[in-house]
Amino acid sequence: MAEQEWMSEVRAKVGREYGRVYAWDEVNAPMIRQWCEVMGVDNPLYTDADYAATTEFGGIVAPPAMLQAWCLEGLHANNYAPGSTDENPYEVLKTMEAHGMPSVVAVNSDLAFERYVKLGEKLYYTTKLEAIGEEKTTALGTGFFVTLIMSFFSQKPEGDEKVGQLTFRVFKFRAANVPTAAKADDKDSAPAVHKIKRPKPGMSDDTRFYWEGANAGKLMIQRCTCCSTLRHPPAPVCIKCHSFDWDTVQASGKGSVYSFVVMHYPEVPPFDYPNPVGLIELDEGVRIIAGLVGVKRDQIKIGQRVQVEFQSFDDGELILPMFRPVAA
Amino acid sequence: MTSKNSKRFDDVRPGEALPELAIPITVLLINSGAIATRDYFPGHHDKDAAQQLGSPHVFMNILTTSGLAQRFVEDWAGPAVRFKDLKIKLGAPNYPGDTMTFSGEVVRTDAASRTVEVALKGKNSMGSHVTGSATLVMP
Repeated sequence: MAEQEWMSEVRAKVGREYGRVYAWDEVNAPMIRQWCEVMGVDNPLYTDADYAATTEFGGIVAPPAMLQAWCLEGLHANNYAPGSTDENPYEVLKTMEAHGMPSVVAVNSDLAFERYVKLGEKLYYTTKLEAIGEEKTTALGTGFFVTLIMSFFSQKPEGDEKVGQLTFRVFKFRAANVPTAAKADDKDSAPAVHKIKRPKPGMSDDTRFYWEGANAGKLMIQRCTCCSTLRHPPAPVCIKCHSFDWDTVQASGKGSVYSFVVMHYPEVPPFDYPNPVGLIELDEGVRIIAGLVGVKRDQIKIGQRVQVEFQSFDDGELILPMFRPVAA
Repeated sequence: MTSKNSKRFDDVRPGEALPELAIPITVLLINSGAIATRDYFPGHHDKDAAQQLGSPHVFMNILTTSGLAQRFVEDWAGPAVRFKDLKIKLGAPNYPGDTMTFSGEVVRTDAASRTVEVALKGKNSMGSHVTGSATLVMP
């Protein structure tokens, strides 16, 4: 799909550099102390003058992660400190806003530090519009990833000195799901966090015994009552004699790793990653797919002896057989 | 405070896990973190504004996440290490009522520059809020 015309104006600005934006305040102890208080940072380098005097800095320095905060405009949007450029380094975001993409979220913050900054230093930054991606649709909505590179300097009589750099990426978008006022009211009583649960297994007359067995802490296997052949996964017909008659037996839960995979990406909640999943050959002869626990990903071996255990998920809503390595 | 131990380069090996750090996410933390980082964007302090942007509640700003990531690494490394960089990528938002748990490990060491690279991750109930890395110079 061809891009709308206004986007070509936006793209023409990629590579452009914007002038200085000054900090309202010099690097100062009260703002540092409050930042440390909120973040729970207790490194005395930032708040204890006596300790800081013993370091290579000879005095208090600002926490490195504070770098960007010094130069933000504060309460009034776009109200930059005196001397700052009249250009708006974020003008492309404004253009996107005017074309129906009002929402923005920060995605990447890559800070690099030349050195720590000391009390009394006056900072400013310059901005380069580094890149604008292709239109993307994410869970949040449809829009563009915009990358800005900000270079931070300290003003010095002998020549300004670069102290750090920030590569900042935001997603500027049209929200997929803006609640109406009424819906927003409904949400007042709803919790903000909807815990993501494990998917529930589909259950049929052929498979119910397996999940009910798991709930009772038993690993159940289907057996043909005509020829005694075991089968898994459950099915209505014997794979050997084609009989429809079956019952179940409890497996010992002992077996060995026949094969395995380790899931790394994409990371889908609520699973932990890396996520090892085994194809277990039970001593009774059938194979079963289940999660592996108690083993590091680089220590899983084909043929490793394992034993079933039953783990409870989502406050007991789901019981799953998992396999843990045991001595041979 | 000065007795606080710092890691030394010779103490650290690739694969070493950092102690986990669980951070309860509250309206207070989100609000005060935004203000402490001079970020007055309405989505970080005004629930109605956040909902108009498609979020169920106020959400943590990226500068607070950076600060908490610094804390997580520094709590382990001690006051004498120096950050060369701190890179983070955001995923699932931090909303009030959730808990974010940081985990991390040493992925690389370089004896010549006494630098150590740490990979970090902060998970909440919706998945990864933050993944990232920090490069540290150690005494």
